[in-house]
Amino acid sequence: MTKADTLPIHTEEDIVRVRQMTRSLAQQSGLNLVDQTKIVTAASELARNTLVYGGGGHVILERLQDAGRAGLRLTFEDQGPGIADIELALRDGYTSGKGLGLGLSGAKRLSNEFHIDSRVGEGTTVSIIKWKS
Amino acid sequence: MSTGFRQTDERSLSDILIRHETEIASAWISEQASLISHRPDLLTETELRQQSRALLSEITSAARMDPSLNLANSAWKATRDLLSEISRSRALAGFSPAETASFVFSLRGALMDRLQTVYEEDARSLAAAMRSCSTFVDQLGLVTTSTVLKTREELIKKQQEEMLELSTPVVRLFDGVLCLPLIGTLDSARTQVVMESLLQKIVETGSTIAIIDITGVPTVDTLVAQHLLKTVSAARLMGAECIVSGIRPQIAQTIVHLGVELHNVATKATLADALALAMQKRGLTIQRVNKQA
Ligand SMILES: Nc1ncnc2c1ncn2[C@@H]1O[C@H](COP(=O)(O)OP(=O)(O)OP(=O)(O)O)[C@@H](O)[C@H]1O
Ligand SMILES: [Mg+2]
Repeated sequence: MTKADTLPIHTEEDIVRVRQMTRSLAQQSGLNLVDQTKIVTAASELARNTLVYGGGGHVILERLQDAGRAGLRLTFEDQGPGIADIELALRDGYTSGKGLGLGLSGAKRLSNEFHIDSRVGEGTTVSIIKWKS
Repeated sequence: MSTGFRQTDERSLSDILIRHETEIASAWISEQASLISHRPDLLTETELRQQSRALLSEITSAARMDPSLNLANSAWKATRDLLSEISRSRALAGFSPAETASFVFSLRGALMDRLQTVYEEDARSLAAAMRSCSTFVDQLGLVTTSTVLKTREELIKKQQEEMLELSTPVVRLFDGVLCLPLIGTLDSARTQVVMESLLQKIVETGSTIAIIDITGVPTVDTLVAQHLLKTVSAARLMGAECIVSGIRPQIAQTIVHLGVELHNVATKATLADALALAMQKRGLTIQRVNKQA
């Protein structure tokens, strides 16, 4: 059983809303405080990448409930320039902008499941799942 | 229904408005004074009268130019502007949206009474004129409502901005020690301002220790971390050492997973711990004073 919400990501305030919605869904899914904080922080990173590098986009937030397992899946989508070298982008400290270069790899470490799909000139989709532990 | 027919009806309403302006104004003013939404505490009787007369006079001069009473037409610009201005001032004065809207909606009663007197013998024309009257007042109501909404939005935005400034004061704890208690969301623009004010205060007071307390910051991501690290470096260049306090356990774990290194930054779990460290660095201790002595 899944329930989905979609939020736009076009401004800094949108990022705040993504964090708030993620926190509230994480609470509803029964995630503990540490896991809530982790998924909210990962959401913040991916939302900012969507805005800054993807030129804006949206996120789909889904509460997952299968085989007695509860969790939260966030899927960030943009139609931006895409990532030419995903391995490089995932390297700690690599940034093409002025960041720390830790957002993408950090989001991966903060989640239980991480999928990235990106095509140059078409856009990027990053999806993460946090399961209730 | 032909256009000609409609125009005749609307012309009737506009004619009545023009011909009976004074009577309609008095009826409208007493109608407002009798409403529950009448707030003499927020608006004096004189102001109410002036505003109503001024608006009605704009309405009649616009009705002369445009008897179809279509507020979207350019003839009504002055009316729309004045009505927006009145609605805005009422919203700012503390009238509720409903109270503000009742200002124009009460014109309906005054107009309908007048129409009834004029069309006493002519039910058909009365019905048509009533219709035009409703449409007209509804258009005025829309102007009011959208102005009120816009004013509220502006107000909320302003309050938010004020709150942001309020929630980030740099306080002097004791000689040479500053504290910046951060509260709320730290996004680029705001963080920049806050951090700059800390650096400024360090210079002004010649402080050597600055405690940045993040107890009230819900999320510490790479952007927040980067701002913190930059501030710590800048403060160091100015001869002040920073202590970051209020790092709750869940935040500490998250920062580690993010891969952010706070190695060369002094961190403390609580503000109290940071304070103790600051005092120690300044060579100060707290002593209990014996009441008996
Ligand atoms: N949605 C995206 N579209 C295009 N490029 C992206 C996208 N997300 C990430 N990237 C690329 O991957 C790089 C690494 O991303 P990451 O989030 O790890 O670091 P950063 O955003 O540069 O800095 P930080 O997140 O630490 O503040 C980015 O600099 C950018 O070049
Ligand atoms: Mg990033």
